[in-house]
Amino acid sequence: MSTRNALWLVCVGAIGTGAALADDSPGLGQELTARELAAVDFTIMPDGDGLPAGAGDAVTGRDIYNQNCLACHGENGTGGVNDVLSGGHGSLAGPKPLKTVGSYWPYATTIFDYLRRAMPFQMPGSLSNDDIYAVTAYLLFVNDIIAEDAEINAESLPLVKMPNRDNFVWGYTPE
Amino acid sequence: MAELDQTPVAGNGLLDRRIFLKAGVAGGAALLTAQAGGVEREAWMKMPGAPMSDNGVPSAHEAHVKRLAVSSQPGTTGTGVSRTPLEFLDGLITPSRLHFERHHSGIPDINPDEHRLVIHGMVERPLSFSLEALARYPIKSRIQFLECSGNSGGLIAPEPIQQSCGVLHGLVAASEWGGVPLSVLLDEAGVKPGAKWIIADGADAAMMSRSVPLAKVMDDAIVALYQNGERLRPGNGYPMRLFLPGWEGNACVKWLRTIKVMNQPAMTKDETSKYSDLNEEGIARLFTFPMGVKSIITNPSHGFTMGPAGPYQVSGIAWSGSGRIRRVEVSADGGGSWADAALDEHVLSRCLTRFRSAWRWDGGPAVIMSRATDDAGNVQPTRRAVLEGRANGAFYHYNGIQAWAVSAVGEVTNVYA
Repeated sequence: MSTRNALWLVCVGAIGTGAALADDSPGLGQELTARELAAVDFTIMPDGDGLPAGAGDAVTGRDIYNQNCLACHGENGTGGVNDVLSGGHGSLAGPKPLKTVGSYWPYATTIFDYLRRAMPFQMPGSLSNDDIYAVTAYLLFVNDIIAEDAEINAESLPLVKMPNRDNFVWGYTPE
Repeated sequence: MAELDQTPVAGNGLLDRRIFLKAGVAGGAALLTAQAGGVEREAWMKMPGAPMSDNGVPSAHEAHVKRLAVSSQPGTTGTGVSRTPLEFLDGLITPSRLHFERHHSGIPDINPDEHRLVIHGMVERPLSFSLEALARYPIKSRIQFLECSGNSGGLIAPEPIQQSCGVLHGLVAASEWGGVPLSVLLDEAGVKPGAKWIIADGADAAMMSRSVPLAKVMDDAIVALYQNGERLRPGNGYPMRLFLPGWEGNACVKWLRTIKVMNQPAMTKDETSKYSDLNEEGIARLFTFPMGVKSIITNPSHGFTMGPAGPYQVSGIAWSGSGRIRRVEVSADGGGSWADAALDEHVLSRCLTRFRSAWRWDGGPAVIMSRATDDAGNVQPTRRAVLEGRANGAFYHYNGIQAWAVSAVGEVTNVYA
């Protein structure tokens, strides 16, 4: 264990009693209200922690996809100038692996997380949570993972098991 | 110079590295003598030179030394890479203007007065830090490399791509990074028991997000504010970025906006679908953070043309995400025999290390290559060994030995050997 880690453990140990500042910290952090925190917290965990209210299905998702995503990702996610989002199932162990949302991504929650952060590319942040749930549902549907009328929301999304989930191992061993 | 032993110590003309220690003193005197008493003035000596300026720029004669292969995905201008022109550089520090870039949705135009770093999640006190506040903390300096895990990915191609050293390997650079240890900020927030990871988000339009083990963060991560003595360049995360010594560049989130302390990784898009390593059996490894031991001869390299047969300096860079470079060997006969290269004075942990070999080129075909060993005993593997067991197209974390072929007319090209 490094000196740094040893020091850290001492500090963590002290937290329970209230005083935790390291000697070399001027302590200039400003405390935040819950409202301020909610505004910057985009993280969605694989167990669904962080998913907002809202819902959508592939039927409504198709229209939203066609308007906002198709130009780059092609009809039904089959690819265009940017990533292929559907198909490729069973290809990973073959001579030409095709990594798509359906064939490769291990967690369904990642779809919502990434769409909300970064898509549509030219106007991130422009879709409502309902829209994002709907596009998420559509991408799961075009990959034959859920039915077209299945509702995707904060409860149902973490329960979706992606087909390739069990083919990942960790290269990092937690201490 | 007369006393130098120029007997080769490895095949095809490699000379003893100690030649760099002995040379130099006698050589300079002759030049001085030749110029003594001269009355000639060059054109630029006949009038006063250019005025002072408030911003330095390279010589106009070096205008060709620019980032290489600047490219972006179709329909975008800022989703792609630009590469460090390694073949034009020497030493170990990369000029900030030439540091490679990898952006996922352009460079945000951040107002430093409005930007905040928020630390939250499994902490006693969620905290917000302004740039002005962070700059008042004790700054720690780290002179270290930063490498995109996709660097050198073109070397998986079945046939060697005929591009320059910087185009092939230029997603690496070294800088002095100055910043606040993230451990200090996390201590201030008070990490709760059971916390094991942080989730770092950027303030770019893609909100780049990566999960990083808390153990690494507490060990040596900094929130970098300075690069080579000045505030970060916008393309490298202005006003602040995460810097994780020795770990893949993608995890060193730029334009750092939030740190969420958690008990598990978030499984973000980049750490699962992109920066993961697929093998030929369809199994993918997540969280392969450290960059492997690696070296490249930068001079001569692809695109160079040798002069007359005779003595040459072979120079390059070596680095390891696991520690210091202990040894670099150079071969001039395609790996048949090797000679130790001289290492420049500054051999820093997780930094580029400059190596040099003396080579007497006989004017015939040759294949030159370098092989690095770090102080943990890791030896740079061959290309074949790197690709063994990988899936087709798996290009991250390529650290194979690079070979350059020198033809009988002195043209240098990329070759697999």
